[in-house]
Amino acid sequence: MSETTLTGGALPITIRDATKSYGAVFALDNVDLDVRSGEFMTLLGPSGSGKTTLLMVLAGFTRPDYGSVKFGEREIVRTPPHKRDVGMVFQNYALFPHMSVAANVAFPLKLRGVSKQEMVERTEQALETVQLAGYGERRIDQLSGGQRQRVALARAIVFEPRILLMDEPLSALDKKLREQMQIELRRLHDKLGMTTVYVTHDQREALTMSDRIAVINHGRVMQLGTPEEIYERPANRFVADFIGESTFLPVTVQQGVARFGDQSLKVAQMPEAGEDLLLMLRPERLQLITNDSEAADGEANRFEARVREMVYQGDSFLMYTVLENGTEISLRGMTRRDTVSTLPAIGDVIQLALHRDDTVLISAEEP
Amino acid sequence: MSDLVLRSAGSLATQPNQTELKQDALRERFALFGLCSPALLLVLIIMVLPVGWLFWLSFLGEDGNFTLENYQRMVESKSYARIFRNTFEVSLLTTGICILIGYPLAYFLSQLPRRAANLCMITVLLPFWTSLLVRTYAWLVLLQRRGLINEWGMDIGLWDEPIKLVHNLTGTLIGMVHIMLPFLILPVYGSMKAIDRDYMKAAANLGASPAQAFWRVFFPLSLPGLFAGALIVFVLCLGFFVTPAVLGGGKVIMVSMRIATNIELFFNWGAASALGVVLLVLTLVILGIASRVLRFDQLLGGGHGS
Repeated sequence: MSETTLTGGALPITIRDATKSYGAVFALDNVDLDVRSGEFMTLLGPSGSGKTTLLMVLAGFTRPDYGSVKFGEREIVRTPPHKRDVGMVFQNYALFPHMSVAANVAFPLKLRGVSKQEMVERTEQALETVQLAGYGERRIDQLSGGQRQRVALARAIVFEPRILLMDEPLSALDKKLREQMQIELRRLHDKLGMTTVYVTHDQREALTMSDRIAVINHGRVMQLGTPEEIYERPANRFVADFIGESTFLPVTVQQGVARFGDQSLKVAQMPEAGEDLLLMLRPERLQLITNDSEAADGEANRFEARVREMVYQGDSFLMYTVLENGTEISLRGMTRRDTVSTLPAIGDVIQLALHRDDTVLISAEEP
Repeated sequence: MSDLVLRSAGSLATQPNQTELKQDALRERFALFGLCSPALLLVLIIMVLPVGWLFWLSFLGEDGNFTLENYQRMVESKSYARIFRNTFEVSLLTTGICILIGYPLAYFLSQLPRRAANLCMITVLLPFWTSLLVRTYAWLVLLQRRGLINEWGMDIGLWDEPIKLVHNLTGTLIGMVHIMLPFLILPVYGSMKAIDRDYMKAAANLGASPAQAFWRVFFPLSLPGLFAGALIVFVLCLGFFVTPAVLGGGKVIMVSMRIATNIELFFNWGAASALGVVLLVLTLVILGIASRVLRFDQLLGGGHGS
C-alpha cells in the first residue's frame, strides 16, 4: 500500500543506530527502523520503553547521542525542530490558550507567510476535515476534550506536512470517544496519505489503527510487524506478554516433539532455536468442549481442567480453571443465549481444546 | 433536573428529611461565617476604621470645623500639582525600569533547572529580609560623591569627575528599583512557570523560530503576570516614603513626603489626611482603569489573529 500513496507526497523515514542514554539507562539502544512512505506505524511499548524518546528524536526535541534519521533522502538529525516540517499532535494537545481555534490552526500558515485569503480558506478546510467547521471563533477553553483533540489535529495537518507524529493523542479521552477517534484518525490518515508515526501504550489501539507496529522495550525494537503478525506470532516472551492476555506453560522438547508434562503437543511451527520453550495460551483461543463430536477433531490439543471461578462480563465470560498439575489457565468465550444456561459450574471438570494453529511456542529467554 | 426542582418546590417539606437537611445547610453556612468573623473584625478595625477616620479628618479645618479648605488648597496651589506629577513620574519610571530589568531576569529564572532556580530565587528574595532603611542608607554610601561606585568608575577610567548619583532623581530611581524589583519578579516568574513547555515545543514544531515562539506564544502568555507585577510596583511606589526621602535629598518630593511635612512641621492633620485621601482615590482610579484594560486585553488576546 505504501507504493500507491507515494504520489500523495508522503516521505519514508529511515532511522539508523539511533541511541540516547540517560546515565546508564538507554532510552534508545541502536534503533534501526524503516517507516514506509504513507504508512501508519505505531510505536507500542510500556512507559519508559523509549517509544516517546524515539518520537521526540523524530520531532527534533531530543538530540540523540548518535545515529541517523532521514526523512526521504534528507538527513535531519541535526535540523532544529522548526525546520523539520513535520506535523505533531501532543499528548495534552498544547493548543495556545490565548488564541482562538482559528488562530491556532492558522498559526503554522502565518509563519509560512501564506496570504490572508488562502490562510482563511485552508484553516476553514482543515477544521472541516476534522468535523469542526464553524468552530473557528471559539476559545480553546470552550471546547471539550474531544474537540481539542480535533483542533490539535487540524493544526498539525493544515500546512500539509509529509510526516505526521502523534504522541498518545487519545489517552486523555474516555473509552467510547477514544474508540471512535481511533477509527476517525485511521480514516483521516487514509484520506491524507501522510506517513504517520503514532505512539501509544494501548495495545488494542495499536492493533486497531496500524499498518505495522514496532513493539519497543528497553530502547530496542522487540518486534516489527503487522498487527496480525504481532498478535499471532510474537517473536519473544515480552511481545507475547505485552500484547493480549496470555498464560505461559513450560514446554520441553524431546526428539523434535514439544511436550507439556507427558502430553505431546501438535504445534503450528517449532521455533528455530532455544531449549526452554513456552506455550502461549490466549484465553480466547481455548475452546470449551461440550460434546464428543467437537472432541473428535484431531487437529487440537486437549486439556482437562477444573473450573475455579466464573466471571460473567455480559458479551463474554471469563473462566479461571486449574489443570491437573495445578497450573492456572483462563478461558474467554462469547456468551450466546443458548450457551449462557449451559455454562459449567464452579468445581466442574471440563475439556478444553486448543487448535494446532493456535498452539504457539516461543522462547522462554528474555530478548 | 427541572423536574426535580419542580417537585421539591411543589410539595413543601413533604419529602423525607427535607426541612432538617435545609436547616443543616444553613447551620453549616453560619458556622463557616463564624470562623471568618475574627479576620473580618480585624479588617474592620485596622483597615476600614482608620481610612474612614482619615476621610473624616480631611474635612476638618485647623479650627475643628467642617471645611473644604484642605481640598481647595490642593486645587489652587501649583506646588501640589507638581508633587502629584512628580509622584506619578517617579512611580512610572521605577515601574518601567523594573519591567526592563525584571522581565528578562524572571525569564532566565524560569528557564533554569529547579535547584538552580530556587538558589537564584533566594538571591532575589534576600533583600526582602533586610531592613528597608539599611538598604537605602547602603545605597547612599555606595552612590555618594566619594562613594564606591564613583571611585571605581574613575579608577577604571569610565569617567573623570565624580558623577552626581545621589540626592537627585537618579539616586531615587536606583534605590526604588532595587527595592521594588522582587515585587515584579515574583508574579512574572509565577506566570512564566505556569506556561506549559509543550506550548513552546508546539510552536517550534509548527515552524516558529525560537524568537517567533517567544513573541507569539510565550510573551502573550506571560502578560497577566507582568501586568500584575507592574501594577503592584506602581501602586507601592505611589505611597513610597523612605527611599525617595533619603536618596532624593529633597529634590524629589513625593506625596508621602508632603504628608510627613504637613504633620511634622505644621501639625496639620486635615491637610495631610486630604492628601492621603486624594492619593487613595487616584490609586483606586488607576486600579479600576487597569483592571478594565486587563480584561479588554484578554478579549483582544482571545480573538487575536483570526
